[in-house]
Parts: sequence; structure tokens; C-alpha cells
Amino acid sequence: MLKGGYVGRILRVNLSENKISVEDINEKWAEDFIGGRGYATRMLLDEIDPKIDPLSEENKIIIATGPLGSTYAPSSGRVMVITKGALNGAIACSNSGGHFGPELKRAGYDFLVIEGKAEKPVYLWIYKGKVEIRDASMLVGKNTKETDKILKRLTHPEAGTFQIGPAGEKLSLIANATFDGHRMAGRTGVGAVFGSKNLKAIAAKGNLSIAVADRERFAKAVYNARDMLSKDAFTGKGAAKYGTAVLVNVINGVGGLPSYNGHDAYFERAEKISGETLAKDNLVRAEGCDSCPIACGRVTEIRKGKYKGKKGVGPEYESIWALGAACGVDDLDAVVMAGYLCDDYGLDTISAGATVACAMDLYEAGYIPKDDVGFELRFGDADALVKAIELMGKQETEFGKLLAKGSYRLAEYYGHPEFSMSVKKQEFPAYDPRAIKGIGLEYATSNRGACHVRGYTIAAEVLGKMDKNTYEGKAKLTKTLQDLTAALDSTGICLFTTFAIAGKEISELFAAATGFECDESEFLKKGERIWNIERIFNIKAGFGRDDDRLPERMEKEPIKSGPSKGMVADLSGVLDEYYELRGWDKNGVPTKEKLQELGIEDLL
Amino acid sequence: MKILYVDVSKCTGCRACEYACSFAHDGLFNPLNSRIHISEFLDDFVFVPAMCTQCEDAYCVKVCPTGALSKNEETGVVELDYNKCIGCKQCTIACPWGNIKLDVEAKRIIKCDYCGGGPECVKVCHASALQFVEVEDAVLDKQHRSAIYYKDIAQQGV
Ligand code: SF4
Ligand code: SF4
Repeated sequence: MLKGGYVGRILRVNLSENKISVEDINEKWAEDFIGGRGYATRMLLDEIDPKIDPLSEENKIIIATGPLGSTYAPSSGRVMVITKGALNGAIACSNSGGHFGPELKRAGYDFLVIEGKAEKPVYLWIYKGKVEIRDASMLVGKNTKETDKILKRLTHPEAGTFQIGPAGEKLSLIANATFDGHRMAGRTGVGAVFGSKNLKAIAAKGNLSIAVADRERFAKAVYNARDMLSKDAFTGKGAAKYGTAVLVNVINGVGGLPSYNGHDAYFERAEKISGETLAKDNLVRAEGCDSCPIACGRVTEIRKGKYKGKKGVGPEYESIWALGAACGVDDLDAVVMAGYLCDDYGLDTISAGATVACAMDLYEAGYIPKDDVGFELRFGDADALVKAIELMGKQETEFGKLLAKGSYRLAEYYGHPEFSMSVKKQEFPAYDPRAIKGIGLEYATSNRGACHVRGYTIAAEVLGKMDKNTYEGKAKLTKTLQDLTAALDSTGICLFTTFAIAGKEISELFAAATGFECDESEFLKKGERIWNIERIFNIKAGFGRDDDRLPERMEKEPIKSGPSKGMVADLSGVLDEYYELRGWDKNGVPTKEKLQELGIEDLL
Repeated sequence: MKILYVDVSKCTGCRACEYACSFAHDGLFNPLNSRIHISEFLDDFVFVPAMCTQCEDAYCVKVCPTGALSKNEETGVVELDYNKCIGCKQCTIACPWGNIKLDVEAKRIIKCDYCGGGPECVKVCHASALQFVEVEDAVLDKQHRSAIYYKDIAQQGV
């Protein structure tokens, strides 16, 4: 018997057959894989062949909530999208905040599994347990914000909503999945998978009450965690004041801000696009996801220049970097505008910005002819940036279509794949792996392709006490953080909480909510189990050691300027150390003993 | 006398207050059963919390045919006595704000009771949009903030 945390049911919608069914959740899996990311990956591994084409009818999408969602546990309303990713075919788990997840749960379901492909664009309306598949022709082509607005009119003014924008409809491989019109599951191109199924949107509204196993213990754990969050300098103050963009100056200050498509790791004009400048020039107010005391969300507006009067959300730190420093652009209003456009089209800002950066690099090297683009596409050109994002979002030209496929395909098309700053075809984010060693290992080994939020070593290497310049201790750090993050993602809690709280507090919240006794080490073990099933999925999909590597430029081209000048990345030793720590063989395949220890030996 | 005071400009729309309220009263999480409600105006990113303002001359008290609702002169709270409540729902119609309401099963009237003097909603509101303060402090705070606004205008020389 599930004692709390979960509502206990899975909703399955087959769009090919117009079939809707409901099943109970597997309690053993809930205990072993927690929920959210873990449970859903276990389900996907069971239900699809990892070799399939991600945009084929056989792929499935699982929208997953965690056992802490829809409670007042801090920052607990995350919702995950698990599928075989469009960008690279690896296991994708992209997650987002907002209010959709908790609403889906109160509508009666921990998980929503989407199968097949609808004949015509449709949207789902999930209301108090009941589901309708409805015609979405009135939503086709609408941007994410408009879709959210119309959906609320069509269903319920306080419904939680999900939508893809035009980018997802047109199967852009870097399309995101948007929640509530302004929160994004950004990475791995999950938006394209929705597009391939002709599923434009979902609205959910419920009235169920969510119970927890031990009320007093839970309240105690929640207030303890909330207290720690409000005392912490980042989660209690910095993030609310400056959002994640507070990191621009910090990371640039240590020479770790990749700029000019990775030619450098220092951006001399970073101040102009910093969180401090954003707070001064553009910020309207802070906004928080479900139950979140941190409120890192930015509501912003452009108050001067040619985009004056535009309003929207963001940009986050990563977006500022991708659309700013990576492209050599120091015009914050243009960066903000480019971010709004990405949000409207439903594009991942990290991949979109990094793809424009890659295009600028190829252009300046003379590999992209001007005729292909239609205008000059040089580093630092703010107008060119905005125009390129428009091309990418609209996909009306051949070049626009190429941009929408991400930097790897773009660079490959022009004969120079080494110009793509990506791992497993996914663009890496705003921390330079030459300057900050641990994050390089994290990029290389992250199961969904280059990514910072699978093991955020930055907290230790830049904001904490570890030396960022050495690989020593980084294999262990990376493994621990990856395991912890896998577990905490699965509960539904936001990674940002880990600036202030860690395994101890989160495992206690999980145990109090679900009644599954679980201390910190057991919690990490669950995380390790989740990490390994993701790896198993990837191995079955054809990934191996060769894919666990950084772009060549990071190994061969030393950083040009700034505090980390001269540094390069070299993962050769630390990768072996990491595999060994993980209990994997030299090729990065989990050993039998490891899988037995984790109780998942039957899966490989 | 202490009142529950809302600073609309500070609310981040996290809705933790709704969870806290329902959990404190029923031991379950359900925003629909919360005595405080956040209205979202997402287009403008404005969030407006609303809860019972414990009226001096409350309509809900006036229409209650059984005297189940009454004003506690000491605490200022409009209290509901479930022993007398017959569930006629007249009070929900009478309240001009929609701040006295029915639970989701529509079986029971629910309303804000200031949690007996230590509001749970205030405890989880990290944005300090909700405060439980002496009435004069609340007013002074507001006067002070509008004074700052006028000061800025005066400085600009208008
Ligand atoms: S807890 Fe505070 S910030 Fe959050 S919704 Fe309620 S009033 Fe607004
Ligand atoms: S004071 Fe208590 S009863 Fe009133 S809204 Fe806040 S939590 Fe609910």
C-alpha cells in the first residue's frame, strides 16, 4: 500500500488508436526508482526498443511528477519529460517547473504516458481524472504564450498547461516543451517528439488531495529545509535578487565563461550582460514555480532601443551566456529579445544560442557563404543574432531549417563538425570545461548529452572549496553529484535547492512523504540505480565510450585570455577513474557485479 | 490587534501558502481547500492573494441563520462553530470576496481562522508577501512605501 506522496495511478493515452487507459503504479518500482525521472526511465526501458528513431510512432513520451510534488516541500513542483531524445537519440529527461506537474497529480495521475501518433494536431484535456483528446487546429502555429492563453480559455482559467511552439510543430531538433506558457523543459529536443506525435498541448486541472505518510515528520522536514534555503546566500538572497544570471560575473571572473563559440573562456564585456545589469535595466519582478521559496524566475521588459516595450520572462544565466557571450554579443536588450523569441517559438535557448555561435564561427572561417544566410553573420552582431533566431524559429529558408537542427548537424553540413561545441550532439552550456575541470567530465559522461544539471560540479568547484584547475577528486565528485541529482530529480525537487540542502534533507523529505524508509546513503544508492538504467538505455541505443568525449577544440585550443588563459581539457585519465568508480568496464559498460549490487542485473 | 496583511507587489505566485493552509487544517495538500487563494494574471505576471479579511460587520455573520458565525471581539477573527453550522451555504453567497467557501466535496464551509494566532501561510511565504502584524504597523508600512514613491517623484522635480 502506498502511504503517501503518490496518487498511485498512471494515465496512458494512445494517440494512434484514440485509446485511453489507466493503471496502478508499481510499488516496488516506486521504492526502487522513486518517481519522476527514475521511475519513468525504468518504464521507458521496459516499453520501447532503445534503437528506434526518436521521431517515429514507436517512441513514447512520459510526463512524470515526483512524490514530493503538490506539497509544500520547497521547490517540489518539477515535472519531467522522459523519452528517447530527438537531438541525439539518447535517453532524454528534460525537466521544468511551473504548476503543470502538481495540477496533473491532483487531476489523478503521477505519470502520463503518450503513445502513437495522432492523425491531426490534438490537445489533451485532463479534468478530475477524465481525459479527452481534442482537435487542436485552432492552436496550430500559435506561439507558446498564445497557446497557453487559448488553452486556459478552452478548458479552465486555472488549468496547468503544457504546449509546444512552432519549433516543436516543425520538428526542430532543439525544440523545447513549455509549461504554463513560460517554463521550459529545454534540452534534448523533447518538443520535437511531441511534434512528431501531433500533440500540440495538454491542459490539466484536478481536485484531489495529496496525502503524506507521516504528517508531523513531513512538516518538520519541510520547515527545516525551508529554513536552510532562506539562510543560504544564493537561494535565500542572490537568486531572488538577480536570478541565475548572478553567475555571469562570477563565472567570467574565474575565466570559465565560454565565449566566441569556445575560442575563449573569458568575455571582456561580461559586465554589460550580467545579472546585476539585468536587474537594473530589465527586471520587473521575481517569479516562483510551485511551492518554491527561491523564486529565480525573472519577469522582464525591454525599456529602450528598438525592442522597447517587449515583455516576457528570463533570460536565465545559461540563456544570457548562449545568446550573449557565446556569440560575442554584449547588447543585453538584444539578448533579452532573442530569449523572448526562443521562448515564443519554443526553442531551447542554450542550444539555439550555441548554434548561432557555431554558425557565426563557421561564417567567419569562410565555410558558410553569405548567400546561404542572406546577411552578414559575424560574432558580436546583435541584429544578426536576433535575425538568426527568427530564421531558426520560422524555418522558412534552407538555412533556417539547418539552424533548427542544432549546431552539430549545421557544422556537419558545412563539412566541419568540429565547430560544434557539443557532446553527443548536444551543445554544452555556460561553463568552460578547460577552465573548470570537473564540469568537463560531467559534460562528457552525462547521459543525455552535454549538460550541467546532471551533476552540478560548479557548486563545489567555483562556489565551494574544491580546486577547479585539477582533475583530482573530480571523478568522485561527478559520480556523487550525478547520483544525488538523479535521485532528487526523481522526487520532484528542484536542483537549485542543493545550494542549501543535500541528500540528508531531501531523503528525509522523501521518507516522510512516502513512508519508504530511506537515509542519505540509501537515497544515493537509488540515484546510482537510476543513473545505471539510463546508461543501460544508452548502451542499448548504441552509445559507448567514444561518445563520452569533449569537442576537440576543448582539448587542443588553449583558452586565449582571462584568468584561465592557456588551459586545455584532457579527460583521458579521469574518465578511466570515473568508469572504475562507477563499477563499469573500460568501455563504460556496467559490470555484472555492479548491476547485481543495484538489483537490476536483468536489465542489460 | 493583529491582521493578516498582503503585499501584492511581493508575491511570486509560488502558492506555498495554499498548500500550507490546507495541510494545517486538514492534514492534506489541496489548494482548493485552502482558505487563501492566489489569482494568477500570468500575462502581466501579477499574483493576487486573497483571504478572509475578518470584516467588522460581516455579511456572512449577518446571513447565518443559526448563529454559527460570529465575531470574536478579542482576536478579531470571524469564527465558525461547526456544531451550529447546518451547511446552508448562505455565507458563501453573502461574502462579497468569495473568501468564505466550501471544501471540494462541497460538504463543509471553510474559512480563514488565522490558525489560532500563528498563520501557517505566513510561515511559508519566503517573499514576505504575507505578514501577520499589528494593524497600525501594517498601515504605517504602507504609508511609508507610498511616501517613498512620492519622494522619488519629488526628487525628479515634478
Ligand atoms: S507563499 Fe507568498 S509568495 Fe508564495 S504565493 Fe503565497 S503569498 Fe505569494
Ligand atoms: S491564516 Fe491560516 S487559515 Fe488563514 S489563510 Fe493563512 S493559513 Fe489559512
